[in-house]
Amino acid sequence: MNSESYDEMVKKASPDSPLLKDCIRAFAVGGLICVIGQMLTNFALNYGLDEKSAATFTSVTLIVAASLLTGMGLYSKIGKFAGAGSVVPITGFSNSVTSPAVEFKKEGYILGLGSKIFIIAGPVILYGVLTSVIVGMVYYFAGR
Amino acid sequence: MAKLTGAETVVFSKPVSITATASTVGTKEGDGPLGKLFDRVLTDNMAGEETWEAAESAIVKDDLSILFEKSGVRPDFIIGGDLQNQCCGTNYGVKDIKIPTFGIFDACASFGEALALAAIMIDSGAAENVAAEVSSHFCSAERQFRFPLELGNQRPQTSTYTVTGAGAAMVSSADRPPYITAFTAGKITDYGVNDANNMGAAMAPAAAECISSHLRDTVRDAAYYDLIVTGDLGYVGKELLLQLLKKEGIDIADNHIDCGIEIFDKASQDTHSGGSGCACSAAVFAAMLYKRLRNGELKRILFVPTGALMSPTSIQEGKNILGTAYAVAVENEVIKWNI
Amino acid sequence: MEYLRAFAVGGLICVIGQILLDKTKLTSARILVLFVVAGCILGGLGWYDRLIDFAGAGAAVPLPGFGNLLARGVKEDIDTMGAMGILTGGLKAGAAGIAAAIISAFFMAMVFRPKEK
Repeated sequence: MNSESYDEMVKKASPDSPLLKDCIRAFAVGGLICVIGQMLTNFALNYGLDEKSAATFTSVTLIVAASLLTGMGLYSKIGKFAGAGSVVPITGFSNSVTSPAVEFKKEGYILGLGSKIFIIAGPVILYGVLTSVIVGMVYYFAGR
Repeated sequence: MAKLTGAETVVFSKPVSITATASTVGTKEGDGPLGKLFDRVLTDNMAGEETWEAAESAIVKDDLSILFEKSGVRPDFIIGGDLQNQCCGTNYGVKDIKIPTFGIFDACASFGEALALAAIMIDSGAAENVAAEVSSHFCSAERQFRFPLELGNQRPQTSTYTVTGAGAAMVSSADRPPYITAFTAGKITDYGVNDANNMGAAMAPAAAECISSHLRDTVRDAAYYDLIVTGDLGYVGKELLLQLLKKEGIDIADNHIDCGIEIFDKASQDTHSGGSGCACSAAVFAAMLYKRLRNGELKRILFVPTGALMSPTSIQEGKNILGTAYAVAVENEVIKWNI
Repeated sequence: MEYLRAFAVGGLICVIGQILLDKTKLTSARILVLFVVAGCILGGLGWYDRLIDFAGAGAAVPLPGFGNLLARGVKEDIDTMGAMGILTGGLKAGAAGIAAAIISAFFMAMVFRPKEK
């Protein structure tokens, strides 16, 4: 038996994820996190912050909240239920930073916590900044 | 004396007994369908230690002391393995016991390898008693092979759940059933599976090849065995195993069970394809299969721990996941082999 | 209405992520990278800001919003300081989010022990 025909067999034997159920949950939880974000933004705007500061306030609040939930071991439970619904919002980014920090502290402050804090955030920052530089070059040379 | 039969099978005509077994498992396994059968169920998977890795070693140490107590002997050697880097789970667990130890690695098939090597040592007269012992821990495995535990991600339906615990067996020259009568050593298989969330698919071909070699080498029918028990194929792997064997004209649908399916309740424990890890097959053997052999409910079984061979590096580098398996025949009487 | 739009658009962006998770072998780490990069490109084209105008936090809170923030920052810095802005804009705009995430993670690691799933 070659690996192509085995691959076929494997595909048939492997159950798919329950896509509809997963999507409904992701929609509900992801949407809810955004509504909380909107409430935070409105709160900040009412408080007299300008639009940019209100956006920053919203992100930072969500990030710290998600970080706390991660430390308490609750975010992984939300994630199990919500899937992408709690991965895609900025809270998912925060979770991806806090989870290795908590997990790898035992391996030391420098090469444990310090380096592994970036195992998922590192690539996000790298490729985000890389893309922004490319966007910037296009904007600088051609866009304006 | 042990004798090589066919291409890959070693048979024993002298009694090679398993005189006792011991099993220790984590909380989730304790809540599972076999919960009452284990010798010890942890109340805290950290086992009073500071790290998951240390917890696994503490489980190893505890489980071996249960084994020594139940068998009433201190073995001449320990053969042990686990999933942690460089066998640390085993080494830190046995360091205070001061018994010469062979550290082995065959991923989740390690218990099969340990039983096979122990049987050879007993048969050859190199030892009177050898402890075969393996362990795994959900948290140390998850951390090493996948993601931090607190990361909020979903596990795919094909994924298996690493069993927290240890299983051990005392292999002995004492003449008392059940006996290890033969084993078939696995060949490493590569069927092009590279999905680390589908270990059952990576291991099923190895189990199929090993079982079919065993039956061919020993000139036995699949129906000869009361049960053919694979280690941790899970639901996906079981399905594939049955299909692969059927293609070779071997039907084990009626007498096949998989330890990974037995140890958890899929519906209530959300374990997807089933349990996995070294301790999966070992703890189920120690807690359930051995007892059923002892009380005569089972007379002969073919115990086939299965292993998915890879490392975090090999996965990152995009290499395929390899499979292996050991088929160990455990029977209530000594067989006078003449094949 | 504002909340409804935020809910619907935010939820839909997550559903796209869920389909990618379930239908491809992409891990959640890859989804994070992909969404930030996608948001940055859409932001560079000026499209993402329109989505934010419509959905508010529904578009700003999901990770493409973070990518968009980087793109917006680069443009602003180029406008005020020229070519150097190509390098400074992205990280500067993302600074608050990144700093909040790593500093808060550091303190959580001080306080909490790892837990089982």
